[in-house]
Amino acid sequence: MMLGRVQVPPTVKRGEPFEVRVLVQHPMETGFRRDLDGQAIPINIVDTLSARLDGREIFSAEFGSGMSANPYVVFYATARASGEIVVEWSDDRGEKGRVATVVTVA
Amino acid sequence: MLYLTPLLAWAQSPQPAKGGVQFQSADVRAMQADEFGNPGMLWVERGATLWKAPRGAAKASCESCHADGAQSMKGVAVRYPAYDANLGRVVDLEQRINACVTGKQRDAALAYESQELLALTAYVARQSRGMPVAARVDGPASATYERGRTLYFERQGQLNLACTHCHDANWGRTLLAEKVSQGQPVDWPAYRLEWQSLASIARRLRACYFGVRAEQPAFGSDDLLALQLYLAKRAQGLVSSAPGVRR
Amino acid sequence: MKRRRFLAAGVALAGLPAAAQRFQPPQDITPLLMKITGGVAAESRGVEVELPQIAENGNSVPLRIKVTSPMTEADHVKAIHVFAERNPRPLVASFHLGPQAGRAEIATRVRLAGTQTVTVLAELSGKRFLMGPAYVLVTAAACLDESLL
Repeated sequence: MMLGRVQVPPTVKRGEPFEVRVLVQHPMETGFRRDLDGQAIPINIVDTLSARLDGREIFSAEFGSGMSANPYVVFYATARASGEIVVEWSDDRGEKGRVATVVTVA
Repeated sequence: MLYLTPLLAWAQSPQPAKGGVQFQSADVRAMQADEFGNPGMLWVERGATLWKAPRGAAKASCESCHADGAQSMKGVAVRYPAYDANLGRVVDLEQRINACVTGKQRDAALAYESQELLALTAYVARQSRGMPVAARVDGPASATYERGRTLYFERQGQLNLACTHCHDANWGRTLLAEKVSQGQPVDWPAYRLEWQSLASIARRLRACYFGVRAEQPAFGSDDLLALQLYLAKRAQGLVSSAPGVRR
Repeated sequence: MKRRRFLAAGVALAGLPAAAQRFQPPQDITPLLMKITGGVAAESRGVEVELPQIAENGNSVPLRIKVTSPMTEADHVKAIHVFAERNPRPLVASFHLGPQAGRAEIATRVRLAGTQTVTVLAELSGKRFLMGPAYVLVTAAACLDESLL
């Protein structure tokens, strides 16, 4: 399981957009780098990421090799009630990652 | 070497002493200060998990001896490199961790720049955040320190430069669109954008050797340790913000 | 500190030495845009692209995108696509939103293989498109300027 982290504000107002921050640990190997023997290092990137709030998709993304290593993304969401945000992602080798956090509507 | 004597007498940190983060762009400084978004924190998190994992033939975790790392490791990283009485020589934090890994835990040593060693080093270094660099260079460490000072002032490589030429004489000036730092090792291990990974200060120093087109000393070699110790003493008092972020 | 750059490509190239532009020249991304728009013209308004004036290292360049939109069921941003004309693979990422996002705003870190114009295409509900550019000076290029040492 890949390592990642997700952060939302401590409390949010009902229906008002709040920031969701995600950081994933992954080398995002472009396939263009060469090792010290001159051999190309094979491509290996996180290619999809999605977020759900209480099971309903609120965000998704497709990444290319142009995303920085250890991909970082911030997006916005609104919540009508407190719930769980689950962020999942996978790379081009089928490796997966998942983190979750609770969003509290004050 | 006589012309260097006045320099040797003045073997102290540039004034005012500034850590490397102050020579980075605003974006890189913001990245370091971002508790959540600093990529180095991913290695700290991994290190916190490894801290609790049983390892080796002894099936012992770091926690089994050192309890809560957030308490027991406070102030540890900023004392390194340090003379280790058990090993009989000056070691850096990586080697000290490996002493536990191979000794108490009875596992194979972790390689420099391996994900596990970076994670453990980052985790331990993080526990010294906000504390001043405080390496000791007296007694059994003094010979290593003197060797480090000699290396710091010695010209080398195809460019025939010593560390002092850039980092004492020209810090703050611009070289190839980058600001020359004072060469202070504070905030390491750091996430380097150039390498897109967390890295040890040893890797960074080896890159400096490459920069002047000199042969790179091996990881863990006596000369590299000596230079690390000299730089740590020179950085005395600078406050650690490990893990740092650098371009 | 706002770093909005709405300059057209080419304006700021004058001051750089020729050697700095030796790697991958900019590509024409029109075919890539057309694949998404299906030929519908994208209006050059409403997309704010924040990038630093100078990126210290092309491997990680902070990017913030803001698209003006009421984000209602009837009128919202469906997707945001990022193009880097000089990257070996110009389509950097696609982000999919919906009205529940509340705000059509994304922040991320991208790789830029040299000084170039970054183009952001916003796909709106009702098959409408907006776009906005930003120009960045990149000292060390991603993908092509790597040092493992």
